[in-house]
Amino acid sequence: MARIPLRELCGYRAGDKGDIANVALFADDDETYALIVREVTDARVKEHFGAMVHGRVDRYEAANVRALNFVMQGALGGGGPRSLRADSLGKALGGALVRMEIDVPESMADRRRPRPDVSWADEILSD
Amino acid sequence: MGEVVIAGGQGFYGDTPTAVDALLAEGVDYLCLEALAELTLAILQKDRQRDESRGYTRDLPAYLARALPFVADGRTKVITNAGGINPTAAARAAIDTARKLGVNGITIATVVGDDVLTRLPALHSQHAQPFAHLDTGEPFDAFPGPPLFASAYLGARPIVDALAQGADIVITGRVADASLFLAPLVHEHGWGWDDWDRLAAGILVGHLLECSGQSIGGNYSGDWWALPNPWDLPYPIASVDADGTAVISKPRGSGGRVSTDTLRHQLLYEVHDPARYLSPDVVADFTSAHFEDLADNRVRISGVHGTPATETYKLLLSAHAGWAGEARVAFAWPDAYEKAKATAAILRKRVELAALEVDEWLVEYWGVNALGGPTVPPTTSEPPECTLRVAWRCADQRTAGLVGRELVPLTLSAPPAGMTGAGRGAGTSATELLSIWPTLIDKSVVDADVRVVLEEVK
Repeated sequence: MARIPLRELCGYRAGDKGDIANVALFADDDETYALIVREVTDARVKEHFGAMVHGRVDRYEAANVRALNFVMQGALGGGGPRSLRADSLGKALGGALVRMEIDVPESMADRRRPRPDVSWADEILSD
Repeated sequence: MGEVVIAGGQGFYGDTPTAVDALLAEGVDYLCLEALAELTLAILQKDRQRDESRGYTRDLPAYLARALPFVADGRTKVITNAGGINPTAAARAAIDTARKLGVNGITIATVVGDDVLTRLPALHSQHAQPFAHLDTGEPFDAFPGPPLFASAYLGARPIVDALAQGADIVITGRVADASLFLAPLVHEHGWGWDDWDRLAAGILVGHLLECSGQSIGGNYSGDWWALPNPWDLPYPIASVDADGTAVISKPRGSGGRVSTDTLRHQLLYEVHDPARYLSPDVVADFTSAHFEDLADNRVRISGVHGTPATETYKLLLSAHAGWAGEARVAFAWPDAYEKAKATAAILRKRVELAALEVDEWLVEYWGVNALGGPTVPPTTSEPPECTLRVAWRCADQRTAGLVGRELVPLTLSAPPAGMTGAGRGAGTSATELLSIWPTLIDKSVVDADVRVVLEEVK
């Protein structure tokens, strides 16, 4: 067994509806999907977000696209038009979720998703 | 009818109208412009409070100016919910735009009846419509103050009615985002209102198109840095067959990417149970869709299932929720985080000494854990710099402004070297906060008042 963050295994996107945020996790292959289905439970996600999410967390599966969807109640400080938070729409919650570390078999211990190459941005900015 | 080509030309109020040029040039039967979010209705409400003739998304004329030449010669039709909370005013603006451009002989339809604000008390009497909070279950008695807007999320039907009556441009208020895209498919393919699988396929396509660039690599967590031309991200196109099978694509030669991976990011965006995506027209099962990557940035979607729609519409109510102010100041190394924290505490004490009443405080340390909160592991290393953001809520606008004023003297009296980077004029203005209250309303009581108004531009 090894322990690695979800960022090495999954893509992510977060959205908002009122004071509810949802974060979806996307696995790239069946083995990874089976792993996150087993490891990333609603209880673990609720614990991971701590005081940031006041209400319950429900998990839904979309096996057709190898995705898990976490629906988090009371996650946005009252919802967009009411919230004092800078991230009032919860856009950053996807990144916050993939910070979570899970146990993986040794065979997956070295999994790394590629890191950004923004040399094109350097070129533009050096002008 | 063979395939119907629809495009998502707008994803929110504030999106770029220039993106529709490539879609129109590519050739689309319907250009759908999705302009509304919960936050947008709140913005439009503030707009209407200041001026009764407002309350629609004011970039509508800019979009129509680009689309009208294509509408005038019958190449495309436009469907939009830019009407916000005042579709009648939006239609007037559309007619003005057409006249200014010398376009005539086109028919503009307005869908009204989503706004049930004036009917709320009557509808609620004897709890005929309970209006309990959709997420928390709280009874309507807990609704915080007089409602400012009350918009029911209508479905595709009134738009289909408008198209059947010959409309070239359809302007609605709060029609559910994905239903804007379903409407032309129902109209062209003649799908029945109980053809649940077809309706679900249309809603799924609509959901993939409604957020413009988010299907083409916007907000994409994959290799986002490798997408071509990210400064000119194209918007999505769907070619939909009569059986509901769709191919999602983008204008030829444009940047971005269409793949199963970019599309599945959007598939679950702002979705709760993906097996039961509730739209006004159908309950769509997004987990039934089969995605197949084709060549040249095209993805085929098939096999979508749906089940009968519910008897209710979502209804969004809103009430005033006080006034907010906020300020940001930066602190340099060393001890940047500690300085930021001390300054937040000093501000709170100063506000207390000034006898200003604050109902809610929020303190964020940017560069430390402002966005990640408790998910950020504690670190022993010192941040190279830290920006303090403090936000507060007060009962009235004046107090909210005065709170920010208490931060200004700290320019010379804060912890050492020092508070900086506050920007220009920050901290002393206040913005109105609105609570939103999502609930349900019986379709039958709303539909009784939904009307399509047609006007030919002469």
